[in-house]
Amino acid sequence: MNFNFKHEWIETNIGLLAVLTMLAISVGGLVEITPLFFIDKTIEKVDGVRPYTPLEQRGRDIYQREGCYLCHSQMIRPFRDEKLRYGHYSLAAESQYDHPFQWGSKRTGPDLARVGGKYSNEWHVQHLTAPRSMVPESVMPNYPWLKATPLDTSDIAERMKALRKVGVPYSLTDTEYKANVAKFGETVAKQLHIPNAQQSLIEQANFGNYDGDRSGISEMDALVAYLQVLGTMVDFGKYKDDAFVNDR
Amino acid sequence: MAVTTYSGAEQYNFEVVKKFAIMSIVWAVIGMFVGVYIASELAWPFLNFDSPYISFGRFRPVHTTSVIFGFGGSALFATSYYVVQRTCQTRLISDGLASFTFWGWMAAIALADFSYMLGYTQSREYAEMEWPIDILIEVVWVAYLTVFVGTIMRRKQPHIYVANWFYLAFILATALLHTFNNLAMPIDLFSMKSYSLFSGVQDAMTQWWYGHNAVGFFLTAAFLGMMYYFVPKQAGRPIYSYRLSIVHFWALGFMYMWVGAHHLHWTALPDWTSSLAAAFSILLLMPSWGGMINGIMTLSGAWDKLRTDPIMRFMIVALSFYGMSTFEGPMMSLKEVNALSHYTDWTVGHVHSGALGWVAMITFGSLYHMMPKLWDTKMYSRKLIEWHFWLATIGIVLYIVAMWISGITQGLMWRAFDEFGNLQYSFVESVAAMHPFYAMRAIGGMFFLTGMVMMAFNVFMTIRQGKRESAALEAKLAAKLAHA
Repeated sequence: MNFNFKHEWIETNIGLLAVLTMLAISVGGLVEITPLFFIDKTIEKVDGVRPYTPLEQRGRDIYQREGCYLCHSQMIRPFRDEKLRYGHYSLAAESQYDHPFQWGSKRTGPDLARVGGKYSNEWHVQHLTAPRSMVPESVMPNYPWLKATPLDTSDIAERMKALRKVGVPYSLTDTEYKANVAKFGETVAKQLHIPNAQQSLIEQANFGNYDGDRSGISEMDALVAYLQVLGTMVDFGKYKDDAFVNDR
Repeated sequence: MAVTTYSGAEQYNFEVVKKFAIMSIVWAVIGMFVGVYIASELAWPFLNFDSPYISFGRFRPVHTTSVIFGFGGSALFATSYYVVQRTCQTRLISDGLASFTFWGWMAAIALADFSYMLGYTQSREYAEMEWPIDILIEVVWVAYLTVFVGTIMRRKQPHIYVANWFYLAFILATALLHTFNNLAMPIDLFSMKSYSLFSGVQDAMTQWWYGHNAVGFFLTAAFLGMMYYFVPKQAGRPIYSYRLSIVHFWALGFMYMWVGAHHLHWTALPDWTSSLAAAFSILLLMPSWGGMINGIMTLSGAWDKLRTDPIMRFMIVALSFYGMSTFEGPMMSLKEVNALSHYTDWTVGHVHSGALGWVAMITFGSLYHMMPKLWDTKMYSRKLIEWHFWLATIGIVLYIVAMWISGITQGLMWRAFDEFGNLQYSFVESVAAMHPFYAMRAIGGMFFLTGMVMMAFNVFMTIRQGKRESAALEAKLAAKLAHA
């Protein structure tokens, strides 16, 4: 057999050039991305992680809208300094319901993966409205409009339905609701039930009174509710220090 | 015949090339202005003016979209349409479709910029456009592929020139990346808001597979295509090594797609993925330098042009920055280095040494070569090209030096411990330490922007001059014909 490959064949045939190029550029993604959907160890087995409540999810929408991810990461790395500064390193499980992920790529400001519970609601409201009144050296923009803008709660069910379609276990039917009761407990399951969405949103906002103003529900209520839940779902006290080492 | 005074007016479709070339400069001025503005916001936060529309988080994607897709994208459309016609010696297959790509692309960038300011974003870096704009981009891109491949199919000679391989790889890869990274579920057909199909770790991996290959194909392969046509043209010499261009083309295309996960070192992404990405990032140094060597060595034997030809200088400095940032990149993808550099300004500096040093400089060189040809004249002012070159170069150096210092300082401050084993600095101390470097970066950006404005003026005057010359020529011919 006399098979004498010449690159010239490719250079003179646009179809061949296109097909071979397509093959060359497809391999990397196929090998690196597809297994992440099938290898079980990719997402750790851990208790406590649940989808966001309607109010928290609306807060997350606002976090995205304002581009917070451009200066704040939500991904703590397994280093000693990061443990001291931010807490236990982030698990993949903790962002399993995050559509899209908000790990970020830059820390112009500090990481927020475990900011929940670190500061009071009042601190957050004041800091978001005028950061330099709390932290003089800060370069964060002021967000005075958050407290002044009433939260649009009208499409919360639509939003949760879209999230349900991409895999977040918000319940629409009784069967789904019961499954959530079994998985997350009744209190949480109620808040994940789409038919109650608007009502549970209002209840959480009124009960939590995150922005310190009871006259209505503002975007600030939602954003603070979101910030206060970040990193609080997993109780790391229950796990040994090296519990997740082998999952990496 | 009078028609021959327009170079190739009938043989080629230069109309769409001209439009894209002009808009590339317009987007550059807009995008770089916004860049300088947001850099200044970080140095002097009062510049956010309590306005939602221009606050840093909403304005930053306006900068990245305008420069990457507005400036870079338009320059790529312009040069690829120019190069494919010249090297295939044939006209674009469809003027209508080509014109559609122009208006569609312009609409996509403008809509994207306004939508970010209004708060619509997918919050995926460099893919912030919400789903209706993504669909528009997808349609424009299919039209682009059709025009480009169709034109190659009509070529007058058997060989497909190497620049076209790179442009083709860029078009195919961008289609692939754009499609899979933007899979999302809209909340309603009449709402801009959507949620991404993937979540958490898979979503992160998909985004950075996209994110780094936006750099690899949009900002590298495509601009190598530009380099492979305009560097030999400007130097008046053939490409240094044909064999090298084959090897580095296939290696570059294959390897780039593996490296995205180096943006996710030490995160909740499994180690196997990021280690694989690190290995390929290091290997990638070779095809990257293959391209750089092939470009720079094309000038061998004609080095004196560096002294006399400012356009050539743009191109060679671009290739040098390409070589530098493709060395810096693999180094930053080593896990130990990344542990320090990730999340800091070092990354920002690295991106800009590639984006300003390589992408923008090779584009300036190519546009300075191409635009006078399109309007059948000479550049209005050579002096202004010289000034542009020096302002741009000084601007880049100020920018990346500032970011190196601030990035490494941040990284070191965050991990510093005192003698009792406590963290030595609070986070905000590291923020305060950045101030002088953020100011220096903004000033570097101003230098670069000033050069860009000079270029815009120079090009504007060149076009006016070209139009005046051809009008004068036509009047002369008309007078002659009337006398005959």
